[in-house]
Amino acid sequence: MSGTANQLAAQLFDCRDAYMSVLEEMAAADMRVCAVANDSLSSAKLKNFKTKFPERFVNVGIAEQNMVGVGAGLANGGMVPYVCGASCFLTARAMEQVKVDLAYTRANVKLCAMSPGMAYGQLGPTHHSIEDLAWMRVLPNLAVVVPADSIETAAVMRYSLIHEGPMFLRIGRTPAPSVHDDSYEFKLGKAVKLRDGRDVTLIANGLLVSKALDAAQALEARGVSARVLNMSTIKPLDREAIVDAARDTHGIVTAEEALATGGLGGAVAEIVAHEHPTRMRMLGVPDTFAPTGTAEFLLEHFGLTAAGIESAAIDLLRKEGR
Amino acid sequence: MSELPLEMPAAAAERADWLHRKANWIRLSAMTMNHRAGLGHTGGDLSSADMLATLYLGGVLRVDPAEPHWPARDRFILSKGHGAAAFYSTLAARGFFPAERLRTYMEPLSMLNGHPDRNKLPGVEANTGPLGHGLPIAVGAALAARMRHEPWRVFVMTGDGELQEGSNWEAAMTAQHYGLDNLTVIVDRNRIQQGDFTENTIRMEPLAARFAAFGFAVEEIDGHDTGALLERFTHLPLEVGKPSCVIARTVKGKGVSFAENQPAWHHGVPTAEQLAAATQELDVEVGW
Repeated sequence: MSGTANQLAAQLFDCRDAYMSVLEEMAAADMRVCAVANDSLSSAKLKNFKTKFPERFVNVGIAEQNMVGVGAGLANGGMVPYVCGASCFLTARAMEQVKVDLAYTRANVKLCAMSPGMAYGQLGPTHHSIEDLAWMRVLPNLAVVVPADSIETAAVMRYSLIHEGPMFLRIGRTPAPSVHDDSYEFKLGKAVKLRDGRDVTLIANGLLVSKALDAAQALEARGVSARVLNMSTIKPLDREAIVDAARDTHGIVTAEEALATGGLGGAVAEIVAHEHPTRMRMLGVPDTFAPTGTAEFLLEHFGLTAAGIESAAIDLLRKEGR
Repeated sequence: MSELPLEMPAAAAERADWLHRKANWIRLSAMTMNHRAGLGHTGGDLSSADMLATLYLGGVLRVDPAEPHWPARDRFILSKGHGAAAFYSTLAARGFFPAERLRTYMEPLSMLNGHPDRNKLPGVEANTGPLGHGLPIAVGAALAARMRHEPWRVFVMTGDGELQEGSNWEAAMTAQHYGLDNLTVIVDRNRIQQGDFTENTIRMEPLAARFAAFGFAVEEIDGHDTGALLERFTHLPLEVGKPSCVIARTVKGKGVSFAENQPAWHHGVPTAEQLAAATQELDVEVGW
């Protein structure tokens, strides 16, 4: 697990492929594994699953409230359902079911939130899911994980089957480079230090992790030593890694493909404010609905790039008088 | 007031009366809880009591209070979670916990929350309260039984006003598509919701035709005739290959004259005098 892995990995991977192949592998090995879909079999990559395990595949149609409730019922009946749908609908449409039927009930249901963030680009804000992290992470009992690459996606999927309780897994659609190698082991609630540094800490998740690594490299060229943490678990949060970052370096930059408030940045800020106040920059989508554009364009538009992270770090250090 | 036999009598003619008297105990127990707590939903507690008694005490549900999470148990989900006092009283009567615990209803840190919590109280299958949640969960459980090739069944009781929540009809479509004949929806059709009569609020009729159109086998039944309820609940599904819907015609506030058919008693709470009057009318003793 080193920062250089990023530079070596020119190839991009769709995290959905990893999610799909592990889901099928687990279903083959464990009769409790089943899948629930809301019509969109191809976006959720469930066509093969349906063919291989027709008895353990449920398509509720376009009905997200029902989909989440059905997941809770399947869990009550001893199954381990993977409830898969576009993150925008799975969260907003079924918020009360996620709160009550899953989180409050502690139902053993895994939500696979597909195509999150601004992956649906030009389809517009109705199909963007930038609020999901803020909404999900405030729910007690619900683990919230945002894998950074397909290796981590596969590891998180395998972990989810042994985790007793509800999980929200944000499965990226935008192809991402690998930031982990095959020896990677996922630990819930543990950030991964991909690169150490003493001047500033870059904390990211999902698609922004590889960009944070690129930013750290660019900063190094400018004589700035940046620590990079992949904080894939937003809940439960790795308090220790955050406090260490606040103590060891001169500030923290967070970066996520979500609203700048309420998600990863907000979660980190809460710990920092309690434990070790330090200056922060929180990169994400500002308090606005995105304009029209591809996912790539929108990330660029909102400065969710290596250059954006780099300049936020420089700006932060300048404010610190460094 | 004579002593009730502990077990349901063998003779069919006596069973109905025995269940009716058990239901009256549930009614008075629920009213007592609501009175003590100063909160509750008396009207719906009273309308559902005969069905709860029949399901839990009439030998319909295969459940085991000694092993509440027995994997092969039948599932009963009270979707109208506000009927908690009647439900808790029923669970206590079935032996899931001592009836004395009903005294703690809604007290600080009690297991008996205002709406059911399965992580606190044995016998509760789903955390309900917000309406329109029970049927989707029941559909999921029925699908689980099918996936596992297991014979247990799922019962869900909804309110009638509750069926205004669209999630029920999403679930109904799934139930019919998958032909879930291990699922029975019982509608407590007391015709009153919080604010008014259902038909003055958002018309529910023709309710049976609606469920039939959604692919259910439907039967309307007197929700207070414990003999008829027992006969029906022990002969399910209504039709092989289809989910069953039993629309139980009930009276909100049933059994207590001043509470019957009054929208204000949706969450009406009895005073000490009203509780004494109810005790007379129901002709039972709470005993806890």
